[in-house]
Amino acid sequence: MTRGILVAVVAGAVAIGAAPSARAHAFLDHASPAVGSSVPAAPPVVALWFTQDLEPAFSGVTVTNDAGQRVDLGNAQIPPDSPAELQIGLKPLAPGTYLVSWHVVSVDTHPTEGTFTFEIKP
Amino acid sequence: MPSAPYNGLCARFALAAALTISQIDSAVAHGLAGERFFPATILTDDPFVADEISLPQVSLQPPAPDASQLTNIEIDLSKRITPNTGIIIGDEWQRLRAPSVPSVGGLGALRTAAQYQLFVNGPHQALGLLGLFATWGHTGRIAAGAPDFTTWSPTFDFGKGFGDLPRSLPYLRPFAITGNLGFGFPTKVESAGVPNPTTFNYGFAFEYSFPYLECCVKDIGLRAPFNQLFPLVEVSFSTAMNRGLGGQTTGTIQPGIIWAGPYFQIGAEAILPATRLTGHGYGGVVQLHFYLDDLFPRSIGKPISEWW
Repeated sequence: MTRGILVAVVAGAVAIGAAPSARAHAFLDHASPAVGSSVPAAPPVVALWFTQDLEPAFSGVTVTNDAGQRVDLGNAQIPPDSPAELQIGLKPLAPGTYLVSWHVVSVDTHPTEGTFTFEIKP
Repeated sequence: MPSAPYNGLCARFALAAALTISQIDSAVAHGLAGERFFPATILTDDPFVADEISLPQVSLQPPAPDASQLTNIEIDLSKRITPNTGIIIGDEWQRLRAPSVPSVGGLGALRTAAQYQLFVNGPHQALGLLGLFATWGHTGRIAAGAPDFTTWSPTFDFGKGFGDLPRSLPYLRPFAITGNLGFGFPTKVESAGVPNPTTFNYGFAFEYSFPYLECCVKDIGLRAPFNQLFPLVEVSFSTAMNRGLGGQTTGTIQPGIIWAGPYFQIGAEAILPATRLTGHGYGGVVQLHFYLDDLFPRSIGKPISEWW
């Protein structure tokens, strides 16, 4: 009896786990500059890599300075050859702390969002 | 004035955009509040409606004061009806072992719940949920520990991530807490001469999110599987309020860890009795938990109200 229940449970779990249509929420995998990092020179772009491919029409990112002013070029894009990457160009930046705010929709239509900072050292 | 072909193109684009927007999952879905992801916890009821299934959860409870010991194999299905309402259906197979008598196995009580997502506050990473649970009498084998009475349990479940703490406190921001407050109202005063008291039930899960640390605080270089871990401690108590048992409390403390992947999570916790009435020694629980909204995002993973 116990063995039968266990077999049924494991079989069900394997069947669910093998679902062919699976796509998941897109969470931030890593970024450049790295989350919470200090960098010695102003980067020309911020790039974010996610755990799932993104829906371009509903994904975006902004970068602001300590005063809340946007310092990005407003040209957020998902490179055609890297569908899980979101990047945006930056204006020339002075030393300081900058806030990156992103919102994305994965190709399975699930939205996620997040923020992080990076610092440019004097 | 735009030409007719231009207008037609705009109309088609607008229609396509509207269709795409309508397909975006607007609900909170498996524990998201702003940039905070709350994993499904083993002991503490989750403060969000969800499309998820625990398949299975296996636990060995600590020995009770009379030295009996319970083993459970549970299945729980959570399903959203609309983006803000959901139901839970669960049952278990259990085996009760006691000294000097043969062990007894059988189905436990059927559990159901109706839930309403009271609020989701993204900036403050806060969630609130109202629920009405029912543990149905005469739906399991009484000799194996299933009740012969139904218990109604209204609950308030909440979650709070601490990501809104000042960025000057970076390593505190990955902390989060979820909790339950509720009552259990049995529909039968006593069973086999043993009183069934009304109970006040409360429990909390204190968790530290390595995913949140990596995504939103500081990338310390953790990579899979360590960047998907949630060390946590859960506590749960039930205090009797009447029928001669007022003030008697049972409860457990469960330290453990959850690994959350894209489509499922795995959790394991030790079970330690928190009071003498609960038992002695230790037990353990493991859980395999699937995210149906990620596995089947365009079909059964959506709220039922969005199936058509």
